[in-house]
Amino acid sequence: MCYSGVCMELGERLSRDLDGNFMELVTLHQDLVFGVALRVVRRPADAEDVAQEAFVRAYRALSRYPAERVRELKLRPWLARIALNQARNWLRGRPTDAELDQAAESRAVVGNEPVRLAVRREERRFWQALLDELPPRYRLPVALRHVEGLSYAELAQTLERPVGTVKSDVHRGVRLLRAAYERAEQNNRQREAV
Amino acid sequence: MTSTAINGNIRQGLRDLRQPAPAGLSAQVGERLGLLEGYVEVEGPIGPLYVAFGPTGISLVSRAIDPGQFEEEFGATFGRPIKRLAAAPAQVARAIDAYVWGRSARRGPAPVDLAQLPDFERQVLLKTLEIPRGEVRPYAWVAAEIGRPRAVRAVGNALARNPIPFVIPCHRVVRSDGHIGQYGAGGPESKRAVLAAEGVDTQELERMPAAGVRFIGSDTTRIYCYPTCRHARRVTAEHRVALRSVEDSRRLGYRACKVCRPVDTPSRAA
Repeated sequence: MCYSGVCMELGERLSRDLDGNFMELVTLHQDLVFGVALRVVRRPADAEDVAQEAFVRAYRALSRYPAERVRELKLRPWLARIALNQARNWLRGRPTDAELDQAAESRAVVGNEPVRLAVRREERRFWQALLDELPPRYRLPVALRHVEGLSYAELAQTLERPVGTVKSDVHRGVRLLRAAYERAEQNNRQREAV
Repeated sequence: MTSTAINGNIRQGLRDLRQPAPAGLSAQVGERLGLLEGYVEVEGPIGPLYVAFGPTGISLVSRAIDPGQFEEEFGATFGRPIKRLAAAPAQVARAIDAYVWGRSARRGPAPVDLAQLPDFERQVLLKTLEIPRGEVRPYAWVAAEIGRPRAVRAVGNALARNPIPFVIPCHRVVRSDGHIGQYGAGGPESKRAVLAAEGVDTQELERMPAAGVRFIGSDTTRIYCYPTCRHARRVTAEHRVALRSVEDSRRLGYRACKVCRPVDTPSRAA
């Protein structure tokens, strides 16, 4: 028997004592919420603001919901959905991706950082570029599935679409990504051969 | 390249794009929602404790009787309400582990919030925080250490008002004459119990001064210490020398331990 309640499900505990357990929810899911925001708004500083706002919204929602609804809540997709909505709100009236990319490009002056870091940064840029080239319909499902690690069920709830749809979106997206990857590799080989 | 290898590369490449949340995110959320301040019930050396904490550290500790009473006490001290939380944030849990139980190393500045106390009281409490687990020092030592050697009684008063007992070990400060001294968190009996729980032989503690012994010296190193100093405890029986005062010790060619820095009571020093 557990009297202190630590062995109860977090949802159960949140439904009984929101203030006492909310910070645990934040600690547990901050990487997910920040990650989802980052996939949409792109800049870490902006994603941090969005994530903060998303948690505040989540807290307010939980304090309004009846206990039963809180208990039944699937916390991960629910939080991911809030993060996504906040991120999209944030994007409204902001410069487009292309303009942001340019700004990011001009800021990224690489000094004498260690080679290992430089290589890693280069690789990340490569994969980010591949992801960015995907049609919008596939980009977010692929990112949420393969970067943030959401399951298909979670992804379906987050995007509010049927599981079958998100599955096929992810598969098509990955197929396109794979084609682009193979082209890039081929180009590389050709360049090396010359 | 095989297709599995390619798929593996894609999966790895995409996974590497993941970034953890910035370190400050959770604190920002907590602050905005007013959830960084609260109190929890934890196990203490002689029964459960209520521990209140804010963003800068532990602010109030009290032996748990009932939550209502603790909330009232907090309100009277800080002029605002406080919420009970189910579990302490990691930083506070670590502090309790290190300072109350000595189970983990202390790291960084002391996690205590003494901002609303007068300078003198804060100095007394921070000095007391330095007394190691399982050891005791006289009130006169605290007074001497903070540069107010004659303020022995004032040290006693400051410790009696210690808002953070158990974390700030006021139970490790005793009278030079061997009496265990007063204790805010439940009187002399509780004080004895807390010290005993830390492995201090409280009977010995009272017996020695009654026999006129204040310090323990080693006749090999010619250093004298407070009896509970870890350097005194490791002197073997055949080399232990009982000493009555600083003057006595000096006359016999002993010097003070640089770790426990023993002093006389002011009346004796004068």
